[in-house]
Amino acid sequence: MSKARANILQRLTAVERPVVDLSARESLSRFDWDKAERIRRFTERMQAVRAEVHQADRANWLDTVATICQQKGLNNLLLSPTTEWGQAITQNAERFPTLKYYERSIEDWKQEMFYEVDAGLTSTLGGIAETGTLILWSSPDEPRTLSLVPPIHIAILETDKLYSTFAEAVQEQGWLEQGLPTNALLISGPSRSADIAQVLAYGVHGPKELVVVLV
Amino acid sequence: MKPESIYFFGTCLIDLIYPKAGVSAVQLLQREGVKVIYPQAQTCCGQPAWNSGYRNEARKVARAQIQLFPKNIPIVIPSGSCAGMMKTHYPELFKGEPDEADALKVANRVYELTEFLVDVLKVQLQDLGQAVEVAVHTSCSARREMGVADKIEQLLGQLSNVDVKEQAYKAECCGFGGTFAVKQPEISAAMVTDKTQHIRATGAAQLVSQDCGCLMNISGAFAYQAEHEGKSAPKAQHIAEFLWERTHG
Amino acid sequence: MAKPTEFRVDVEKALGKTEIRAHFRKAMDTLMINRRNQFPDDAALQALRTQAQAIRANALSKLPELLQQLETNLIKNGVQVHWAETTDEANQIVLGIMQKHNAKSIIKGKSMVSEEMGLNHFLEERGIEALESDLGEFIIQLDGETPSHIIMPAIHKSKEQISALFHEKFPDIPYTDNVDELTASARRILRDKFYAAPVGLSGVNFAVAETGTLCLVENEGNGRMSTTIPPVHIAVTGIEKVVEKLSDIPSLLSILPRSATGQPITTYFNMISGPRKPDEKDGPTEVHLVLLDNGRSRIYSDPELLATLRCIRCGACINHCPVYVRIGGHSYGTVYPGPIGTILEPQKSGLSVHGELIQASSLCGACGEVCPVRIPIPNIINRLRYDSVRKDTENTPTQEAGTRRKSLEAATWKAWSWAASTPSVYNFGSKTATQLRGLVPNNLGAWTSVRSAPKLAEQTLHQQLKTLGVDHE
Repeated sequence: MSKARANILQRLTAVERPVVDLSARESLSRFDWDKAERIRRFTERMQAVRAEVHQADRANWLDTVATICQQKGLNNLLLSPTTEWGQAITQNAERFPTLKYYERSIEDWKQEMFYEVDAGLTSTLGGIAETGTLILWSSPDEPRTLSLVPPIHIAILETDKLYSTFAEAVQEQGWLEQGLPTNALLISGPSRSADIAQVLAYGVHGPKELVVVLV
Repeated sequence: MKPESIYFFGTCLIDLIYPKAGVSAVQLLQREGVKVIYPQAQTCCGQPAWNSGYRNEARKVARAQIQLFPKNIPIVIPSGSCAGMMKTHYPELFKGEPDEADALKVANRVYELTEFLVDVLKVQLQDLGQAVEVAVHTSCSARREMGVADKIEQLLGQLSNVDVKEQAYKAECCGFGGTFAVKQPEISAAMVTDKTQHIRATGAAQLVSQDCGCLMNISGAFAYQAEHEGKSAPKAQHIAEFLWERTHG
Repeated sequence: MAKPTEFRVDVEKALGKTEIRAHFRKAMDTLMINRRNQFPDDAALQALRTQAQAIRANALSKLPELLQQLETNLIKNGVQVHWAETTDEANQIVLGIMQKHNAKSIIKGKSMVSEEMGLNHFLEERGIEALESDLGEFIIQLDGETPSHIIMPAIHKSKEQISALFHEKFPDIPYTDNVDELTASARRILRDKFYAAPVGLSGVNFAVAETGTLCLVENEGNGRMSTTIPPVHIAVTGIEKVVEKLSDIPSLLSILPRSATGQPITTYFNMISGPRKPDEKDGPTEVHLVLLDNGRSRIYSDPELLATLRCIRCGACINHCPVYVRIGGHSYGTVYPGPIGTILEPQKSGLSVHGELIQASSLCGACGEVCPVRIPIPNIINRLRYDSVRKDTENTPTQEAGTRRKSLEAATWKAWSWAASTPSVYNFGSKTATQLRGLVPNNLGAWTSVRSAPKLAEQTLHQQLKTLGVDHE
């Protein structure tokens, strides 16, 4: 046990604690929006920060993703072969640019990952309508860098996992009960900065483009 | 309900420099049928010392004031900052003191003048003056401590010949801040210079405020700029004086 | 008149720079408008502020327990926890981790606590390169400057200055004043650095005790890069940043970016609960958290000053401050500028170093009005003014209390309080003053440098109301 720790805790515990009015603390923010309204708000927020949002369904989402890849002129697409989406794309590989799979530790192919991947495709755990936000949990199949390092991030969001607020998502999905992953992430648009004279610029360190396919 | 009588706390700045504002305020109140009591032993609310960190000295002066208002009737103050001192800071200043209860009794009865005219007396004003364009400066304490930012506009809205011009950065401080103007004169000067520019840019011939500290600061800068830079100097008046001048027969 | 202090000299210089002042004004105007647009419903805003205040106040009221819970859960998650009483200890901890890995460089996401530690300077003196990756921090580091704002560190710089700076420091890159191109250049340069960096550093916006989670708010992705790419991640934070529950986070995340930059949410909200697991393919293999006290436990011991520690570092008080907008961030001479710096810095380092800052406020209250956790900043300024001249210095934790008490000033206030609490003296004095009004000099020092001197009335209000027969019972 470090001396610093003991000293700090000793100083803190020596203090007579104030009584805090907690009546306001627990109120949970959520909105009673129907699905159409959640989709409308999500799309509006995402587009306001220059993300692309494409509406698709179970029957045609593959076409939508293929078209996006074509329009962006992608030479390759990085994805997990094990997700529902990854499997379907793999089965239709001929309709897509060269597929790359995130199968090794990043150290084994860092150079390629950093400089040769055109786009990464991920699933999402859900979305938030109020702020136009994707929820991603890192996993062995879909590691953190899949949505971070490539210049384009394509994300697939099932609309029945679209919540009104972050608070609602945390509660409804039982984050606490499940236990958090190494990295839980909210993404609300492409990477951006206004650090140069308050002029918005995109793609500072993360993806320059964020493409959301609603299914 | 309209009270029969009220206490009037005139503030030291009005006492010494702007007594006409105080007299006008009393006349406005009396015209509404309210009996005004002005305890002659009043001096200063203690704010200058309080804001300078001299709490014991501030308390000594404040203690002398809280004795002056024994009746359970409103205490009306023609200044947002002095009203704010009594209403929000007396409870802090007297916390744990033997006369804390007395201080609270005073604090709970304090009204800023425009607030009292609008919310309690619900005055109806009739404009007898010439057409004029007016800019309003609401003091920071009236705005944020007392929460009465819109009262002057509500009063002026009743005057048919008064046109209110809104300056840029209306809600920004004029740079007075009591001893701040003396301790950090460069920043204070920059603030009041900007404030005068914004007011002058409205073209208003006249400035009104509910606080004489701000008025002293802004009108002092107007006068200086008129003398040294040949600029126009809008007339600066306390709202009570302005209202009384335009509405008494 | 007394010689102006160093602070006032710096202020006067800053006030003379009209171009930079106009730049700050424009920037702060934009930030204020953006914030206002995020809160169209005032009642909802006030409710959210009350909630955020309760969340932070609750966390502080349980601080020692929550810090231990956080530590337990972080260790369970595989994170190594370090405690530092001083910035020097914190720097040594970071250095020790780096030495263990034989690391010669560190790449940094934005962290004000690392600025507080003076980490870059400390490491550079020991031959370790500390590279800022936040675009704003990167820019000012290129120019050898410190942040002028806690959220937008390079806000004092114009596009033209940044263009010239890039051209000077990276002569191979063709000159451009196109912001997209400048940003792309920075991306290229920093990508290579991320690629190679052995250690990444970040701050922490919130630490969740219940789950052992470090939360980071950012727009650029450099925070994610710094905490994901290098094999070692070191997070540094003040001990006050802990909150009790995961369910506390959404409300804080809702109010922080809206108050700060007027964004509904930042691009990334990054919740880190541990290093890479055996079956994972990326992320650091080691995560460290350094908990820094640096005076916070001292502030904690005073029930009034404690509110200072509720701060979530949004910068709204800075954006709305009429003093900051005129003098800019560097004039403060502190890590944290503006109203939050005005109350925090003298408490951290004592009243002799930055004690003058507490005079650099007109107490207008704009800061307290916008603070998302309702810190009564003007009240704390007032309290610190008291601390700086009080005699019972044993009753405050503030260091160097009473050291700013000047005997002449103290005697003046004492005399004033005697006169103003003795009606006969006051009345005699005020009446005499008005009779001698012609003798008031036109030169009243600082006051009359931009203003005419006020004129005393011919008769006091006391006299006039007596004459008018106003009741005085």
